[in-house]
Amino acid sequence: MNSTIDARGLSCPQPVILVMGKIKEQASGAIEILVDTDTARENVSRAAKSKGWKVDRTEQDGAGYRIVILKE
Amino acid sequence: MRMNNFLASRWGIISVGAVIGLLAAVLQKLGNPGNMGICVACFERDIAGALGLHRAEAVQYLRPEILGFVLGAFLAALLFREFKPRAGSAPIVRFILGAFAMIGALVFLGCPWRAMLRLAGGDLTAVLGIAGLVFGVWVGTLFLKNGYTLGRAQATSKTAGAIMPFMALGLLLFLFIYPQIQGEGVSGVLFYSVKGPGSMHASLLVSLAIGLVVGGMAQQSRFCTMGALRDLVLFGQTHLLGGVIALVLFAFLANLVFGQFNLGFTGQPVAHTMHFWNFAGMTLAGLAFSLAGGCPGRQLFLSGEGDGDAAVFVIGMVAGAAFAHNFGLASSAAGIGPLGAAAVGTGLVVCLLIGWGMRAKGI
Repeated sequence: MNSTIDARGLSCPQPVILVMGKIKEQASGAIEILVDTDTARENVSRAAKSKGWKVDRTEQDGAGYRIVILKE
Repeated sequence: MRMNNFLASRWGIISVGAVIGLLAAVLQKLGNPGNMGICVACFERDIAGALGLHRAEAVQYLRPEILGFVLGAFLAALLFREFKPRAGSAPIVRFILGAFAMIGALVFLGCPWRAMLRLAGGDLTAVLGIAGLVFGVWVGTLFLKNGYTLGRAQATSKTAGAIMPFMALGLLLFLFIYPQIQGEGVSGVLFYSVKGPGSMHASLLVSLAIGLVVGGMAQQSRFCTMGALRDLVLFGQTHLLGGVIALVLFAFLANLVFGQFNLGFTGQPVAHTMHFWNFAGMTLAGLAFSLAGGCPGRQLFLSGEGDGDAAVFVIGMVAGAAFAHNFGLASSAAGIGPLGAAAVGTGLVVCLLIGWGMRAKGI
């Protein structure tokens, strides 16, 4: 199952709360996360890794970033 | 996009905490008040005094460190292409949270940075303040778990994002246009304390330089004292906490070297021994920081990288300092102010209502 989280415009710690919530519902697969600040990009990547997910790729997306995390 | 920002790594944030702790002890050695090498709340309060927003004569000085924090963060954000003007996430709520955060901090007599510096200087009354801070942040996380949000910010123009850095630059010019005159309480439009904590400061250029360095490093590392506690409680993460522990440890070591360490509950500089109110004041501050998403230092660095909502929080803190001293809410070495208890109670009710009321599903 794949899903998308739009965390653009949200301040700390909400992007991480959204990602943690989604990780709880979804045990594996891919999650795409949209963020608009470097802090959110770092925090989301760190949180995903701490839960055993792999940061597959991080791309520039407009003024922000698109992060894809994966778990087998 | 840089993938190798050292300061945002585990050792990076620890280094930044260590540098802040060391430089705070150095600033105290060079003239800043006791256990107040750096205090964001106290220094913003001194700025409110310098501008005449309150007339508490002992706490009036346009602290260059604060201006340096904003400008250093601004320059670092520009340099590393992280200047992202944004605004519009419940500004009035952020203003009120800033005001009550300041009122709570001035009942304790310090922001979280100073709470850590007081501990590092041997002031045991700070333990109650830190306990209150942890408790307040914990209450804030309960709201966060239940869907509390201030809503999304929108990208805005560079002009809007640059207002706070340019305000800092303007105030810095004031310091050069209206410099302190020995023994005089006023110079042009600025007030200067002749005695009391506001009269104690390192030289302008040293304070400014240290402010710029700390501002740049903190912006890059995302150093945040409230975030350190919140992430531990909410996610079990210790990333930011490493920075805070390093701050305490290095300030402690530097205080030992400079002969600034003095262990005890009594006779501590700019502190009082009303333990309950130290706890309650910081509970209010911690809850307000938690609901606003950052400690006072972090809000300054965010305002430097173009976050207009963080800038509103900072202005709220300055306004809160003016209320605190005009209405007798702020504490002194003798204890809490005449209306300090009432203000803490009011602030807690307001913050709880905000935490309860600002919930949204499917933001």
